[in-house]
Amino acid sequence: MRYGRAPEVLKDINLSLAPGSFHFLTGASGAGKSSLLKLIYLAHRPSRGLIHLFNQDVSTLERAALPKLRRRIGVVFQEFSLLDHLSAFDNVALPLRIAGMRPDDYRKDVAELLEWVGLGRRMLAMPPTLSGGEKQRLAIARAVVVRPEILIADEPTGNVDPDMSLRLLRLFVEMNRLGATVLIASHDQTLVRQSGMPVLHLTDGRLVRAQPERVSPQE
Amino acid sequence: MAANEARTRGDPQDDAWMDWRPAPLLPTQDGRDRALTFVVAALCFLACMSVFAMLASGRAASGWRRELGASATVQVRPKAGETGSEAAARAAEALAGVPGVQEAQALDRAAAEKLLEPWLGKGNIPDDLPIPHLVTVELDPAHPANAAALTAALDAEGLDATVDDHSRWMKDVEASGAAVRGIGSIGALLVAAAAGAVIAFATRAGLAARRDVVEVLHLSGARDRFIAGLFQRRFAFLAARAGGYGALAAVVLAALARSLGGSNGFTPALPLAWTDLVAAVPCPLAAALVAAVAARRTAMSILGQTT
Repeated sequence: MRYGRAPEVLKDINLSLAPGSFHFLTGASGAGKSSLLKLIYLAHRPSRGLIHLFNQDVSTLERAALPKLRRRIGVVFQEFSLLDHLSAFDNVALPLRIAGMRPDDYRKDVAELLEWVGLGRRMLAMPPTLSGGEKQRLAIARAVVVRPEILIADEPTGNVDPDMSLRLLRLFVEMNRLGATVLIASHDQTLVRQSGMPVLHLTDGRLVRAQPERVSPQE
Repeated sequence: MAANEARTRGDPQDDAWMDWRPAPLLPTQDGRDRALTFVVAALCFLACMSVFAMLASGRAASGWRRELGASATVQVRPKAGETGSEAAARAAEALAGVPGVQEAQALDRAAAEKLLEPWLGKGNIPDDLPIPHLVTVELDPAHPANAAALTAALDAEGLDATVDDHSRWMKDVEASGAAVRGIGSIGALLVAAAAGAVIAFATRAGLAARRDVVEVLHLSGARDRFIAGLFQRRFAFLAARAGGYGALAAVVLAALARSLGGSNGFTPALPLAWTDLVAAVPCPLAAALVAAVAARRTAMSILGQTT
């Protein structure tokens, strides 16, 4: 995978994530973690190679077929990507609106989820008025509200204290227990160790280390 | 609503979600929207004014056609042993009996000289200047006699005369009316195209300015048509509102001109009727339609180029 005519940021990556698995993705800044995640959550297409998601090759899939697959993937973006002109409630409800659900059908679920991530009393607050941790939790709530089959998070605990990190980790574990395949990019080595989950490690765009019990490189 | 009051005060509310209503997914752009509203309103104003001008010119042409069609002019050339006035009087008598003629009247020399005054000036016509001997014929508007019938009646009386039923002028009037209608239609189409182009430009700018929002929507599973629909609705409502302003301004101005112009409307050349003002009513709807199509096509085209 490369951006324009720049050198490849990901080279010869060959990995498979089993349905219902939980992995951390680690690596130094610039190692290609975000690029790998973007390939998986269908924000980018590979310049070469294949990507199989939901039993189909998505690397050459038509644009029109992407939205349906994207609705099965929940993403916590590194910069949150919250819509500042929408309230916390509207931000979380966004994927449900896009899926065509009626407000009365999801109003209660969104409220419960916001309570669950500790934003019960900030439901109608606008993102610019939220703290970094609150924004992070809001972004996570938006990612999980559709009960995605794949949950991807890019540095989801980068702006929160250790206690909140653990709380958020429990949320991801809970989603994993409910059946979601979870992949989290993180610099937080303490959190990674505490989780006890398998780790994928990227160095200079190559996947150099993967714990064999949960990841099966096909080299 | 209790939750709204609490929101206004900034108090956190546990049950605030019960009153929640989905907010617009596209943020408002105050300054840009105001400028766009003004431009679309101005275009709608121009479109309404050109439609009014078309209607007025159509009415004027129809009036002139009616007037020309309701009369004819006969030029009589006296034969030997007969004066021009006698020949004209005889012709008037012959024509008065033709079915479809209401009245035929021979013009005396003074009346004929008066017709020449615009070209030769008052008092500049010498007494020995040969002036055509004319008969004016008023035709029945319901069943006017044609030139052939008039000529036959004159021939029967042995008169040497030429009948001018104004058909040449009627053709000119019809051509002028058609030209004004054509120019007005082209003007209205150009204004609609300009409005579409402005909306397309605004959509392009909106998509560029809100690339972050569009990306989040895309990655959340939104289809191109969902996102295009947001721009379509936004600009259709804006154009409908702007169209309302433009149409209202045009109606006010036209009504003012109609009031000041008395029974003749704008001017005697462009008689505007009060009912013509109704033509401005569809303007907001037309503006919304043009804007909706332009915004959707532009958005779909741009979104289709993204990965």
